[in-house]
Amino acid sequence: MPAREDILSALRVAAPKPVPRPAPLTGTLVFADPVAQFSQMLGEVGGACVRVPSEDGLRAAVAGLAVIGSAKKVASLVPEAHPGNVHLAAIDDPHALASVDVAVVRGEFGVAENGAVWVPGAALGPRRALLFVCQHLVLVVDPGLVVNTLHEAYARLRFDGPGFGCFVSGPSKTADIEQALVIGAHGARSATVFLVG
Amino acid sequence: MTAHAEKAAAFVANDARMHWHDTAVWHIRTKRDKASSAVPEWEELRTQAAALKAHTISRLAEYLEAFERNAVRLGAVVHWASTPAEHNAAVLSILEKRGVKRLVKSKSMLTEECHLNDFLEKHGVEVIDTDLGERIVQLAKEPPSHIVMPAIHKKREEIGELFHEHLKTEAGASDPKYLTEAARGHLREKFLAAEAGLTGVNFAVAETGGFVVCTNEGNADLGVSLPPIHIACMGVEKLVARAADLAVFLRLLARSGTGQPVTTYTSHFHGPRPGGELHLVIVDNGRSALLASETHRRALSCIRCGACMNTCPVYRRSGGFSYDATVPGPIGSVLAPSREPERYAGLPFASSLCGSCDDVCPVKIDLHQQLLAWRHELSARRLTPAPKRLAARLGSFVLRRPWLYNLLGFFGRAALRWTPRGLLARLAGPWGRQRELPPGPRRSFRAELRRRRAGA
Repeated sequence: MPAREDILSALRVAAPKPVPRPAPLTGTLVFADPVAQFSQMLGEVGGACVRVPSEDGLRAAVAGLAVIGSAKKVASLVPEAHPGNVHLAAIDDPHALASVDVAVVRGEFGVAENGAVWVPGAALGPRRALLFVCQHLVLVVDPGLVVNTLHEAYARLRFDGPGFGCFVSGPSKTADIEQALVIGAHGARSATVFLVG
Repeated sequence: MTAHAEKAAAFVANDARMHWHDTAVWHIRTKRDKASSAVPEWEELRTQAAALKAHTISRLAEYLEAFERNAVRLGAVVHWASTPAEHNAAVLSILEKRGVKRLVKSKSMLTEECHLNDFLEKHGVEVIDTDLGERIVQLAKEPPSHIVMPAIHKKREEIGELFHEHLKTEAGASDPKYLTEAARGHLREKFLAAEAGLTGVNFAVAETGGFVVCTNEGNADLGVSLPPIHIACMGVEKLVARAADLAVFLRLLARSGTGQPVTTYTSHFHGPRPGGELHLVIVDNGRSALLASETHRRALSCIRCGACMNTCPVYRRSGGFSYDATVPGPIGSVLAPSREPERYAGLPFASSLCGSCDDVCPVKIDLHQQLLAWRHELSARRLTPAPKRLAARLGSFVLRRPWLYNLLGFFGRAALRWTPRGLLARLAGPWGRQRELPPGPRRSFRAELRRRRAGA
């Protein structure tokens, strides 16, 4: 592999004196009410945040969503939120997920500063396409943990093996035509986040 | 005139359109201001990002080896390419070995730099750009004019016509929502039919062997979660040392680029998905040469947010195509001459050196200093026009001799008073084309100051 050696040796020769790693940033943003901030930011990026006190409330709240009401196919990875009518375990080929109207997926925590929810791929397994190919996305964060910033988010995350994970902040969007914001580019046309508890 | 000035002249010839472009791009800058001012520690974040990049770049070879080791451990296949040709050959070889004829791509400025699309199409691979802006310019057979908003130069009516021709939308339809919906339907088919997906890399993490891709549309994720093969192409400079560093860069990236608090999707890939394949192509193409330059190595810190373009008075009023380079704007004018100095010797002059780019750069690249440094270097290598060099030499000669400066000042003031304006404009050359010389003052500034002080 000559390119590898060429590149690495060129970079070694070109390198300046080692620059030390800076100390971690301290005193980063802290919100008086992270959950309220999360809810506001999610609204600003085109999503919606719903707070429910308990699992019982969750089921009723999810069932009451307009997108659930009009959905033919609901794929749920959170049975306590919605039973779903797509037998996910039987689907090996992600292409079969293309007709899913609503996906109900578990998120791990929210981030107050940007309305993002961390969705660990482990919950999705080989069907991670579900998160992107569904027409509408419902994320359930239970318990409804919200951290202040991405610094706190990464302090919680571990990447010590193969896997996938994604911060999802609102629905898919684009402004590529004359800067006009259009919700629902390729991915979900809506994103609703349920914070439980 | 330099190539940039000639192309810019054509762009500004349509005054209304030039102002439309200026306003559209400036709008993004104002969104960036709003988003950045919502973060009290914004300046500390920028300083931290610059320091983290300086650290990583100073040990790039070591971090690349660690990244490779960890990526391989997670099941990825790592390919290395010194040149665009090697990069393109590596991608083609992956596709050919698996009989792939249909590839979907998300945005990657690196593959633009390598002209990958043309190359693959010549070898019989259908390549579909899936970012809406990139699909628009692909259908128009144009390169992107902006690194974040590839079709920022196009009006909705033009996109409507393009879609009418290629996607069979209604004639005359130009509503962005309608056009986006049409593209969604069209590209869904392409996503579902693709046999492989290709993405760029926003950040690669040495300690974990994973990498991050940011999009708003979700096109990168659809492109690599439906077909089983994921190819990710990255320049050597995309590395960060630790996963925790991502927080610093992700907090800056979208806020600087589009004024969003974060992109809709920030995907973290660690190894292939179960049953799939992941290939990483790591490219140099002049980056090690840039690292060797003490003056210009900081340009390797760039995270491609596009903020310097959005704020640049020259970019906003001359458009991305006037640069004729993969990356336009201030950072493009710094990067391009390092690769092709003869071709891009004019770009460092496509700047007023106002320094606005420095102020918005999330990783604090000293862009206007770099542009100035390029002017010196390119002049020293005689790559700038001879009259320009002569003028600079004359200026230097005069400024080092106060008596000569005073003498010429005397004649200059007289000339300004007595020479007809029409002739003066012609004497001022290209400089005088858009500028009016001031009326000649009676006294020099120093004489006037002396007079006033004596009077006081």
